[in-house]
Amino acid sequence: MSSTSKHPDHYVAPFEEGVSFDELPDAPPRQGYKPTFMGWIGIIITAFWFFIAVFGSVLAPLGENDLPFPDDYAEFQSPRAGAPLGTDVEDRDVLSRIMYGAGRTIGISFAATILAYFVGVVLGIGAAVSSPRVDMVVSRINDAFLSLPTIMLGLVVVAAVGSSIPVLIGTAGLIYATVVFRLARAIGMEIMVMDYVESAKARGEGKWWIITREIWPNARMPLITDFGLRLIYVILFISSLSFLGLGVQPPQADWGSMVRENLGALQYGESIVPVLAPAIAIATLTVSINLIVDDVSAHGGGKLAKRM
Amino acid sequence: MLSLIVKRLGIGLITALAVSVIIFFGTKILPGDAAQIRLGQEATEANVAALRAQMGLDQPFYMQYLSWLGNFVQGDLGVSLASDVPITDLIGDRYQNTLYVSVLTAIIGVPISLALGVLAAMFPGSLYDRVLTFVSVSLVAAPEFFTATLLVLLFVFALGIGNAVVVGSIEGKGIFELIAHFALPIATLSFVIASQLIRMSRAAVLNVMNSPYIEMAILKGVPRQRIILRHALLNAIGPIVNVVALNLAYLVTGVIVVEVYFGYPGLATLIVQGVQTRDFVLIQGLGMIFCLTYVILMLIADVAAIASNPRLRHAK
Repeated sequence: MSSTSKHPDHYVAPFEEGVSFDELPDAPPRQGYKPTFMGWIGIIITAFWFFIAVFGSVLAPLGENDLPFPDDYAEFQSPRAGAPLGTDVEDRDVLSRIMYGAGRTIGISFAATILAYFVGVVLGIGAAVSSPRVDMVVSRINDAFLSLPTIMLGLVVVAAVGSSIPVLIGTAGLIYATVVFRLARAIGMEIMVMDYVESAKARGEGKWWIITREIWPNARMPLITDFGLRLIYVILFISSLSFLGLGVQPPQADWGSMVRENLGALQYGESIVPVLAPAIAIATLTVSINLIVDDVSAHGGGKLAKRM
Repeated sequence: MLSLIVKRLGIGLITALAVSVIIFFGTKILPGDAAQIRLGQEATEANVAALRAQMGLDQPFYMQYLSWLGNFVQGDLGVSLASDVPITDLIGDRYQNTLYVSVLTAIIGVPISLALGVLAAMFPGSLYDRVLTFVSVSLVAAPEFFTATLLVLLFVFALGIGNAVVVGSIEGKGIFELIAHFALPIATLSFVIASQLIRMSRAAVLNVMNSPYIEMAILKGVPRQRIILRHALLNAIGPIVNVVALNLAYLVTGVIVVEVYFGYPGLATLIVQGVQTRDFVLIQGLGMIFCLTYVILMLIADVAAIASNPRLRHAK
């Protein structure tokens, strides 16, 4: 179990139900996945947000810094015609800013997760097939980074080099690569001691052959399931940094920084929609991704991913 | 068991040193140095050089690191670059404030969540269990400020209790004012750790329920409630203590967002200010405090796991 971020535990069947053979550890990962009802809900909401992330800036009624009512300037206007979600602390249209922010929040998180996976999987599988000494050195360095709270690492990096979108992607990507490394290494280790790898080694196959033909096909499913889980943590991490004022910088819209900008509305008892709307946007996105991950792991495969 | 624990303590110490290296050199890679920042752009080169010598910045990196670490261990966190005040003075009451919120969350949030989780494990598949699982699955993936906003809506706007902004000190406040003061930050943090604790304590108990000796008890005809309370719970304590320590370590992160959300005058708001003003001395000192707390709680989780597992305890 990783310790740097919050993890849902793995699913434990109630003891009356008995264990089906598909859940035995040696069963091959099942490929065909049919979503349940909750799975479909997750897929639909996630697909909706990814659609907005890609086309939001085109579909948005106004630009992210445009005022819907230039003649009637007032902060935190309640929702009305022309601004369905009201206006924010600088009287900008909340709906348009959410649609612009979707691309930034989801785009940065997605890019960072891909980076984390690339670095983590390459190093993790590499460590699993390397000599024990190389493995130990890489793992110890990794453990040192894993023993820091993620947000604290983010704060140190942002303080040192300032905040910009490439810095955010790089920082989040490398921080979460440590978790992916551990997972990929554990999966790789587990596969390395299997009989079929032993027999491949005995046949005289090279390391590259073993990685691509034996390890990767078997490590793929748990890693893909974990991708969704990791994406959730990266979204939460990026949003938290933005919320602290250290992520995406104004006037660019991003869901986390929108919550921060508009916090005043709560304190002065004004329209709360500008705070609530971006918070709900993040929550619906992460919760729906979690629904998909839960659904896929309950289906089979990815058990190890949930356990780490 | 003792040798295992000593070994863990050794690893913890090495981790703490590694953490200090990461924090110290992480804040050193930027261009410009502390003397320049403190004196401002107009300072003459001679003045900067003099201050550099006085602060020891002309020494090699490893000497700077060693003297910084030596001072830190003795409780001297250096002087703030942004305000020329010793860091320890800046921290002042804030340390207590953060401690109050964290400790109160642990005292209130942890027992309630554990009770809810074990209760869910006693009636798996019941309506209560399914509702609780759904709520905790949703909350575990939601950001802290979402939970905080919902709580503010419910308590401040709908019910008219609690403060959306926490200001002032707690001195001279009556019991009701104190509750209003702490209610929302503590409630938010409790919700955040509860979602984890409920799921994990439920899983820990159910995990034990799958073991052969429980099957034996079932076959003997021991009632289910009794099996859980007398047989399963005792063996689930180890994993549960482990989970509690992990989640308290998580509080270190959660408290940062929650303090900023409510404008709470604690250590977290101070370190965020430090990052905004690029006050590296402040970040180094506070970063070490946060990270060490985290490392120590992790260590407790590890030791608890060893102490509660006979197979690890009597390892050869």
